Amino acid sequence: MNWIPLILTLKLALVTTLVLFVLAIPLSYWLSITKSKIKPVIETLVSMPLVLPPTVLGFYLLLAFSPQNVFGAWLENWFGIRLVFSFTGLVLASCIYSLPFMVQPIQAGLSGISSSLTEAASLLGKNRLNTLFYILLPNIKSSIITAVVLTFAHTVGEFGVVLMIGGNIPGKTKVASIAVYDEVESLNYSLANQYSIVLIILSFITLFIVYMINGGHLKRFTR
Amino acid sequence: MIELKLQKSLRSGDQEMLLDLDISIKKGEFVTFYGESGSGKTSTLRLISGLVEGDSGTIFVDNDCWWDMNAKINLKPAKRKIGYVFQDYALFPNMTAYENLEFALPKYQDKAIIDELIAIMDLKDILNLKPDMLSGGQKQRVALARALVSKPKILLLDEPLSALDNIMRLKLQDYLIKIHHKYHLTTILVSHDVGEIIKLSQKVFEFQKGKIIRSGNPKEIFTHGKTSAKFQFTGEVIEIFHEKVIGIISVLIGQDIVKVVCDLSELEEFKVGDKVMVGSKAFNPIIQKI
Repeated sequence: MNWIPLILTLKLALVTTLVLFVLAIPLSYWLSITKSKIKPVIETLVSMPLVLPPTVLGFYLLLAFSPQNVFGAWLENWFGIRLVFSFTGLVLASCIYSLPFMVQPIQAGLSGISSSLTEAASLLGKNRLNTLFYILLPNIKSSIITAVVLTFAHTVGEFGVVLMIGGNIPGKTKVASIAVYDEVESLNYSLANQYSIVLIILSFITLFIVYMINGGHLKRFTR
Repeated sequence: MIELKLQKSLRSGDQEMLLDLDISIKKGEFVTFYGESGSGKTSTLRLISGLVEGDSGTIFVDNDCWWDMNAKINLKPAKRKIGYVFQDYALFPNMTAYENLEFALPKYQDKAIIDELIAIMDLKDILNLKPDMLSGGQKQRVALARALVSKPKILLLDEPLSALDNIMRLKLQDYLIKIHHKYHLTTILVSHDVGEIIKLSQKVFEFQKGKIIRSGNPKEIFTHGKTSAKFQFTGEVIEIFHEKVIGIISVLIGQDIVKVVCDLSELEEFKVGDKVMVGSKAFNPIIQKI
């Protein structure tokens, strides 16, 4: 079996999870405290990838990133970045596609914290950043772990978006889910089977971790 | 001196209510806000602490302006030097009792105050425990100590004792008296317990639907100045017996149950749960060591 697609899948899932973690904390925090009128709009946009067929997202990203189009051409001319059929493009698309899996648990965790904790911190003279890092985030550890694991698992299971904008370039954009498809197309059933089994085990382990945490079985590690 | 002249419209349930206050509290006084739920007591504490803003009016403390709607002055909560004990204690669950105290220490302030508070509040044995390992009374003491770490001038207590059993309550009342005097605090307590109010405070403000309907010395307020008993206690009616010619009312005073005889006609005035004052005028009480 060729391990490269599996390693690529893990690499994509890891990078996506890291990037989303950094982005989702300010976004979730803002969503949890804001009284702005545009909040429902932002929440809707964040959740869109949950209901949209991945091919739709992939299709528009493909158009946007294509060097034939204004945005894609601008990226290529100014920064020398080409997002279609590249790993960077995959990361960007995965981030959009997995955004709700990172944002929603963290936002729910933050909203669930008693407002008196934040108020107590502000009376003690702590600014918002201090309160976020010393009070809020440490108290939603299990939400954060859920968000991270789900994002990772969801990115591993990605297919449509990756196929649309990544294509099928070995070592660059051919992730495990694409490899399965590819092997089936060429009637290599046993190879497809091997990739699939690894993916099943991987998904089982990640989801199992989430349920162990949420069921309180790993309590001493999460608080 | 805290001078509070302000208005704020509040929403409790689906009812709109105007909180309309004109209160002044002397430096060093221990006062209580008393009144039914939703009458604006907690909101008043939140206004004083700066957690919420009023719609119009001013807050002056020792002639410094803390808040003025028209002049757009609004001193930040942290700058008001207030210790605040929340009803749910608001201890940080991710930190031990000691870390909670340490977190409250302002930058560059001497840590000695923490050790002092640990001694006063008897926290030595529970310092390394996290809040969910503490009992109600212990949480309360940690919350009280945490509120005092920054050496505030004003202490606001939002029904801090309501969730505790009687013995714990009495003990914590003593802690409150102790720290009020030791740190020369101006203390504002929200409480429903008449006995507690009479024991602790020098002045009571009674709230009703956002307005102060009465204020003054707690004893006078709650006994309507009617009795001049030599000897009096407050308690709660726990049982009422109809005997043939007289009524007997059991009253819980502190942890003791006292039976008081009364006329059958008087009996109708009372029901179980009423707060009452038990006093004696004509007899001299006997005192002996136990």
